[in-house]
Amino acid sequence: MSESGYSQTELLACSGARVLEDGRSIFVGTGLPMIATMLAQRMQAPNLLLIFEAGAIGSQVKLLPVSVADSRASHRAVAASSMHDVFSFCQNGYIDYGFLGAAAIDAYGNINTTVFGDWARPKVRLPGSGGANDIGSLCWQTILILRQDKKRFVERLPFITTAGYLHGPGAREAAGLPKGCGPYRVITQLGVYGFDEETKRLKLLARHPGVTVEEIQANSEFEILVPAHVPETQPPTPEEQRILREIDPTGLVLRK
Amino acid sequence: MEILAEGMGECLGWHDPDEHRLWVRENKPRSMVDKQMSVREAVERFVQDGNLIAVGGFGHVRVSMAIIYEIIRQKRRNLAIAAKTAVHDIDLLIAGGCISKVECAYAFGHELRGLSPAGRRAVESGTVRVVAETSNAGFQWRFLAAAMGIPFIPARTLMGTDTFAKSAAKVARDPWSGNLVCLLPALYPDVAIIHVHRSDRFGNCQVDGSIVEDFELARAARRVLVTTEEIVDNEVIRNEPHRTVIPFLFVDAVCEVPYGAHPACMPYKYFSDEPHIKEWLTLTNTETGTQEYLDRYVFGVKDFEEYLKRVGGVRRMKELKRVEDMQAPIWGEEE
Repeated sequence: MSESGYSQTELLACSGARVLEDGRSIFVGTGLPMIATMLAQRMQAPNLLLIFEAGAIGSQVKLLPVSVADSRASHRAVAASSMHDVFSFCQNGYIDYGFLGAAAIDAYGNINTTVFGDWARPKVRLPGSGGANDIGSLCWQTILILRQDKKRFVERLPFITTAGYLHGPGAREAAGLPKGCGPYRVITQLGVYGFDEETKRLKLLARHPGVTVEEIQANSEFEILVPAHVPETQPPTPEEQRILREIDPTGLVLRK
Repeated sequence: MEILAEGMGECLGWHDPDEHRLWVRENKPRSMVDKQMSVREAVERFVQDGNLIAVGGFGHVRVSMAIIYEIIRQKRRNLAIAAKTAVHDIDLLIAGGCISKVECAYAFGHELRGLSPAGRRAVESGTVRVVAETSNAGFQWRFLAAAMGIPFIPARTLMGTDTFAKSAAKVARDPWSGNLVCLLPALYPDVAIIHVHRSDRFGNCQVDGSIVEDFELARAARRVLVTTEEIVDNEVIRNEPHRTVIPFLFVDAVCEVPYGAHPACMPYKYFSDEPHIKEWLTLTNTETGTQEYLDRYVFGVKDFEEYLKRVGGVRRMKELKRVEDMQAPIWGEEE
């Protein structure tokens, strides 16, 4: 908790939640994406359709799950189905948002969660894709949430686990991925980002309270596109903070 | 068919469909026979050194830990594993020295709980090799192809990434749309290990809650070992046949093991035992600690029943039922 009265995690969760529009469908990953989605469902997006990869459809989650497969994730769901089912209708265009965490990204929103160093003999081995590659390939709009610094916003990823815009405009389609989808927003503790229509490179949309554009650039190895006017986001409200603590009373995510 | 791109990952568990059909004809009885046996017997009979295994459930949810512990106790070696969001199961098998190869969608981490010291140490030191990458849908649809008896299945995922480059998949042109498609090879595990809510003695299994990918996995694997919270009469199954996820003919062993997923979670029955998993994650920070855990909970007990007593017995399991019902906090009363 900073002197501002909210923690970095609360800021991330609230910024993630505010991006989500009501009446859409969303494929949710573990951790920050989950808590942000749950917050959105209690705020501006009560009709957000939650989908979890283990098979839960239409959940109204009460307490933060530890895993996308535990029964908290299917609380008040309309269906407890299967992985084949949910990834198939994802492939069929039914899912608007894919919400993912990441270990590191590049300017095109490509994600690494597999390895640092050589793949065959890694310096650091991370868990790998899980469902992220599929979510990033098949959902209409992918939202990424991660803490930003020079080691996480990198010029060149050692391994592309999940496709962003790959190496630029048209690259996803040329590789064979479904048309018209890709990264939509990136949320960090410093700001909210989108992607430039023409170049498909990361573009600053808003900075968090008290954060300067210089700070944002200093915490990235690649150059971030900065428009002439960059608005400031609103800090987490007391209501959002109260709901976050209701969702995660034991601090599974909030205490990180 | 012209192949336009090709992953360099090792293609584990593929069989020519005709070869597999013959194997099935010879090895899978069509009549309902009693398949009840102990976990020890199931592992002795059906898990061989060098096998490719896959574990049902997802992460810390509905995994047959009873069989995992027994595989370690029986010191199986050089197993390959389809790490389809494999968490505690793969971690223990690696620490127990059972695994040499991994095809990885998700491993070496414990989801929200952080990364896995034991799994990472093994991969980073080279004692365990990741021989291919894939994704969760990648595994799902590899099992689906095997379950359907077809050599591969097209999908629209993986392409353009290093996950594809290190996978066993190939890219070709769809003769109808002209678009590129990713061809996922069928994956027939030698052994699938699945924990269910109820089964009869013949292996007709019912699962409450999300099936994850167990429907396809059970039909893809050559041998299917089932542990079940309870064995029910065949009439219970026949009264509600729409709830059956795995019919008997795919199943080779049925073992009644109440709480057989502990410390993982069994939907509607008991939540994951977070303090116990924390103990594992803390101890596995060192080799000595890892050995201490294995001595205490795996080699120091003769079977899963003794293990359950050691982790708190019926009283603890009742607490975990209250956590599952959201009547008690995950970390106990101190939080």
